[in-house]
Amino acid sequence: MSTPAIEIEGLTKDYAVGFWRKKMRRSLDHLTLQVNQGEAFGFLGPNGAGKTTTLKLLMGLIFPTSGEARIQGRSIADIGMHRQIGYMPEQPYFYDYLTARELLDYFARVFGFNRAEREVRIKKFLDRVGLSASSDVQLRKFSKGMLQRVGIAQAILHDPQVVFLDEPMSGLDPIGRREVRDIILELKNQGKTIFFSTHILSDAEMLCDRVSVLVGGKLQGVGAPRDIVSLDVQGMEILFEAHSGVPLPPEFSTKATHTGDRYRIEVPEADLYSALEKLKSSQARILSVAPLRPSLEDYFMKMVARQKSSAPAPEPIATGVAS
Amino acid sequence: MSSIPGIVAINTFREAVRDRVLYNLIFFALLMIAAAVLVGGISIGIERDVIVNLGLTAISLFGIIMAIFIGVGLVYKEIEKRTLYSLLAKPVRRWQFLVGKFGGLLLTLMVNTALMTLGVAAALLYVAHKFESSDLTILIAIYFVLLELALITALALFFSCFTSPMLATLYTLGIYVAGVFAPDIRDIGLITTNPAIKTVAQCIYYVLPNFHNFNIIAAAAHKVVVPHALIWQNTLYAVLYSALLLLAASTVFSGRDLK
Repeated sequence: MSTPAIEIEGLTKDYAVGFWRKKMRRSLDHLTLQVNQGEAFGFLGPNGAGKTTTLKLLMGLIFPTSGEARIQGRSIADIGMHRQIGYMPEQPYFYDYLTARELLDYFARVFGFNRAEREVRIKKFLDRVGLSASSDVQLRKFSKGMLQRVGIAQAILHDPQVVFLDEPMSGLDPIGRREVRDIILELKNQGKTIFFSTHILSDAEMLCDRVSVLVGGKLQGVGAPRDIVSLDVQGMEILFEAHSGVPLPPEFSTKATHTGDRYRIEVPEADLYSALEKLKSSQARILSVAPLRPSLEDYFMKMVARQKSSAPAPEPIATGVAS
Repeated sequence: MSSIPGIVAINTFREAVRDRVLYNLIFFALLMIAAAVLVGGISIGIERDVIVNLGLTAISLFGIIMAIFIGVGLVYKEIEKRTLYSLLAKPVRRWQFLVGKFGGLLLTLMVNTALMTLGVAAALLYVAHKFESSDLTILIAIYFVLLELALITALALFFSCFTSPMLATLYTLGIYVAGVFAPDIRDIGLITTNPAIKTVAQCIYYVLPNFHNFNIIAAAAHKVVVPHALIWQNTLYAVLYSALLLLAASTVFSGRDLK
């Protein structure tokens, strides 16, 4: 069995708050998590959940109150480990007096690449993030989306095994989001491990092998998006068109919502056939019948609500250590 | 300069140049031109003294202002703008970053001082029409200014590691002014009969960086020979004190959470 790409054990972070800094506020509470090699792992949570704190702890930008973590089997305190990882901070901001090319050159020098290697890599990654045309423009003139792309380029410039992206989609237009999604998929296809935090659940659903939900500094659950969204069918959705001149059965006319001639109604799975019979008898045209499953967003909202109400019951999917 | 501190230093220098820090040279050049023209007309026999005094004082003052005001923001700005996050996620140790920032600002100050030295030399040539061997003292005085600037930069960088630029400016400026008057603080201890004041004065004298010994502007203006021992002493003092400050800065910064 190969070493997990990321192993987090009981990682906790307290911050001193208040004027005398005697009170402690817990930002991350005993986070235990494993991410496998080659996985795309989504780290979900509302604002202030502890996502950025976790990423900063893993990057060595802040220090844990307790607990430990390893990346590629090496402690996060090991500076050599940083050769194998790439990191894009949330809302990245870089030296605005540098051009994109100069910034990447600066970071490439840190990794000890010679001039020829640097030139090749810089060209390749500027092309990859769609910034070739702006490579010699100072970063102060870059839009938020362009800075985000530079952030991704500098994170993968040295071909790291594990890539950490903090909210990589934020601030991007739909085209930018699509491009970032493509980059993440490409990295995944190359066998890289991708660990990214996001608010955009559809992206996580589309990209991730597994996701975790963090609320209030506590891990609420970990699992594959398909496991989360296909736990059970919550009901059936019927779309139909009413026949002009034939009235709908009373329960349909009160429960269904409609736009023009088109109606939508949700019925329990057990009542599906009787509902279809009634619609048939009123000469309605059935457009579609689809099962209603909880989305990742439903799951996410449920976790947030549960944490807010402090209900301790665990979610039926794997919680805590997951591999 | 392929080491990490070297890479950071070059980038810091580039930042200073692109932030138009060297524009201060325009003011310095104007000052030197005005001094050379005016001194020639109003000072008979002491033109050289006035130019050397004015030139060295201006070099020192411009350098101190730059060292403090850029130095206090060296680390703070990188944390506030989060430019440091991407760098420290790479195989870069925090002390390497600090040494690089220190080196970069020092390089900026050296280039700035070198260009101002050319300005003083030109003004001197204009009023005295020739250089003398005793003018070498001027170069020693400028070397001492650079040592002083290295020490101030290290101080500013140290404070920059844990406090805001405004407070760091106050602390650095306060210590600099106290350090200029270090002999007076020592004298207070010598003349007082109160043992407590004597002890405090002595402690302050030994702990504070002594900036007084770096100022030989008057000696340079009056062609007084500078003893070799002073050159070695000042060099060693500045190097050791700066190294200690950088070590302290690294210790503080290495344990600091970057929020």
